[in-house]
Amino acid sequence: MPPLLDLTGISKAFGGAVALREVDFSLEPGEIHGLVGENGAGKSTLMKIIAGVHPEYAGEMRLDGRAVRFASPRDALAAGIGMVHQELSAVRALSVAENVYMGVQPLNRLGLVDWRAMRRGAREHLQNLGIAVDPRTPMGALPLGLQQLVELSRVLFSGARIIILDEPTSALSPPEVERLFGVLRRLRDAGRSIIFISHFLDDVLAVCDRVTVFRNGRKVAAEACAGVDKRWVIGRMIGAGHDELEESYLSDIPLHSPPDAPVVLAVEGLSRAGAYRDVSLAVRGGEVLGIYGFLGSGQLEFARTLFGALPPDRGNILAAGRKLRLTSTSRARRAGMAFLPESRRMMLFAKEPVFKNMTISILERIHRLWLRPGAERAIAREHVERLRIRPPDPERPLGTLSGGNQQKVALAKWLTHLPRVLVLSEPTRGMDVGAKDDVVKIVRGLRERGIGIVVVSAEPETVLSLADRIVVMKKGVVVREFANEPVSKDRLLAAA
Amino acid sequence: MSDTPDVVAVTPRRDARAWLGARMRNIAPFATLLFLVVFFWAASDSFATFGNLTNILTQISVTAIIAVGLTFVILCAEIDLSVAGIANATGIVVAFFTLQDASVNIANVPLAGWAAILIALGACFMLGWINAFGLTRIGIPSFIMTLAMLQIAAGICALLVRGQIAYTVPPLIVTLGAKSLGPVPWIAIVAALFLLVGHLVLTYTRFGRYVYMVGGNREAAEYSGVNVRRILSAVMIISAVCSGVAGMLGVAYFGSAQQNEFDTYLLDSIAAVVVGGTSLFGGQGGIGSTIIGLFVLGVLNNGLDHINIDSFLKILIRGLILLIALIINVYAQRVRLAEPGG
Repeated sequence: MPPLLDLTGISKAFGGAVALREVDFSLEPGEIHGLVGENGAGKSTLMKIIAGVHPEYAGEMRLDGRAVRFASPRDALAAGIGMVHQELSAVRALSVAENVYMGVQPLNRLGLVDWRAMRRGAREHLQNLGIAVDPRTPMGALPLGLQQLVELSRVLFSGARIIILDEPTSALSPPEVERLFGVLRRLRDAGRSIIFISHFLDDVLAVCDRVTVFRNGRKVAAEACAGVDKRWVIGRMIGAGHDELEESYLSDIPLHSPPDAPVVLAVEGLSRAGAYRDVSLAVRGGEVLGIYGFLGSGQLEFARTLFGALPPDRGNILAAGRKLRLTSTSRARRAGMAFLPESRRMMLFAKEPVFKNMTISILERIHRLWLRPGAERAIAREHVERLRIRPPDPERPLGTLSGGNQQKVALAKWLTHLPRVLVLSEPTRGMDVGAKDDVVKIVRGLRERGIGIVVVSAEPETVLSLADRIVVMKKGVVVREFANEPVSKDRLLAAA
Repeated sequence: MSDTPDVVAVTPRRDARAWLGARMRNIAPFATLLFLVVFFWAASDSFATFGNLTNILTQISVTAIIAVGLTFVILCAEIDLSVAGIANATGIVVAFFTLQDASVNIANVPLAGWAAILIALGACFMLGWINAFGLTRIGIPSFIMTLAMLQIAAGICALLVRGQIAYTVPPLIVTLGAKSLGPVPWIAIVAALFLLVGHLVLTYTRFGRYVYMVGGNREAAEYSGVNVRRILSAVMIISAVCSGVAGMLGVAYFGSAQQNEFDTYLLDSIAAVVVGGTSLFGGQGGIGSTIIGLFVLGVLNNGLDHINIDSFLKILIRGLILLIALIINVYAQRVRLAEPGG
């Protein structure tokens, strides 16, 4: 029997950046097919081509043996291919039935929505999938796992034979994952095909029949899941054991945390519903603590809590033995905390000049009541020179600088009066090599000066290049700590 | 991302457009003002006289005091629809606590002048605090919160005067609201002082900087350790207190305190701030812009009385000219948004 979906020689580039090179991919009827690879390996691009989001590409796609090319997601859905995105697109204020029937509401003779038929249809449809939900419930009242199943049922309901699931398990608890897998297996046994994209290799190996591995825009392996294990998959993902050892993080890096430095920040049993659970850790002065986890593991929320932007439900934050009540970011700042969020838009004032961006967090140190722009400009000139910010003009509106330079300006905010603890979320995301190096140097310099640094990232390279000790978070819980022992990218991935 | 392309992308031509765009916001209102002055000068003999300049100053003074507070609010990308209501309520409160003529049939509570003024100031402060509480603690959008406050303030007015009119206010208020220092009306001096202090606070204090930053990018202000809630609370209270002062002086200026007498000041004060070029999206503008906006409105209102046209047509003309000024404001905004990296 020919494969249900067969792609050959697919290539795709965005501008000059090649996302996919000559990729082949095939999907059998009635299989769950796992798709794994690092961020940027090309798996999302391929799925978007299959789902009709990217109509421009080189290569050929065959569905049921016939050549097809989708111009839009609507085209793809009409041919029986539906996608459930990681960010759910359900309307939370509407009922389950309305979500299932989104855009295809049944009408009665008067041309009005036939609510009874809709509820009945939705209930039957959900029951067939083994999902017991009252179709009148507002979507937003359901736990995330059920919302996802309803979304999945909506895609099925609109006639999809091939369903693409993007990171479906990242926000689910273990029982919810089991329920999802149950539904997926039932669908498979009913002859539908599922493409399962995930960072969670345990989940992929548990539910998939086959797994395809991507690396740097190429398909590097496709095997039956029965014959492989997690180590093998990680090896394919990062290229260990092959000739393509272009990255330096494959080898072991000895992590050493200073054993006797004073603890500048301690966290005890910190929990926040829906984000992280029972996190306890300590940061020493002169140490860089890396917190690594896939997107949605709760590390971003945890970082915000340390800066008073997201209050915890339970637990304590202690600095130098004193309990901190971080109810606002200004309180956190005064307690010696500093934070750089992962998105530049969240930390910079694009229309204001560079110098005002640099001094916003220290205004009360340099001014009592009246501003002294002269002092601010002097501080800004010093940072501009020290951090090699281009163009070297503190008067320029920040929005006219390049991304890397904006990031340096954001860092400079916290360099004049040193905080006790600096929390960096994705500090090098989207930067070129030179700018990354500069940031690494700045962070190293801060470490020398004895402050405690927390680096939070979903990119293994970021924590590996910066951290002296690494904590791995998985679904809101700290699952592993690497300290005074060698660590490598594959060990990090295996822990997460 | 590489270090150079964004900067190189600013070609001279786009630079010139960006430069013009950035200044459009300042140039357009000023050009509007200049046009209006020249037009009325030419169209009427009685417009360009010293006496009429004093008239204009007096006429815009109450609006000016309200607009100072409103400028703070709009710079934070919020809005205060209760300014006129609070002005009215505060004016009535100060009259309520002043001994009225025997012919006035209001069950009022006569107190010493200073006490009445303090109570009135306390009242507008409280109303502003309630606005602030609703906005920052409960999370009601300022548009809705102050709409409710507009009603509440009108209710306070109604309950205190019960359809009657009070005429007496404390002597200090009478002096500041209705008397002159030589040729210059006191109310214009007070308005000028408010504008000056507002400008100094916005431009030269830490609080003023925070106001611009909160308006420019609230999230970034939050993550820079600025207490956004406190800044928003402060601007709502400043706005209410400015309105209260305007209300007290306005009552003396009108010579009476009654229901609904400030109703036109809501739109006038918002128009003054926005026509002047302060962005409704926050972070851009200031008292300087508000001053221009005040004069545009003042000259327009006054000038239309000096030329010989159908007085019913004037209302429409006024609306059309305001619309044009706002279109220019939004267009200038768009040009600036199109700036590289902006």
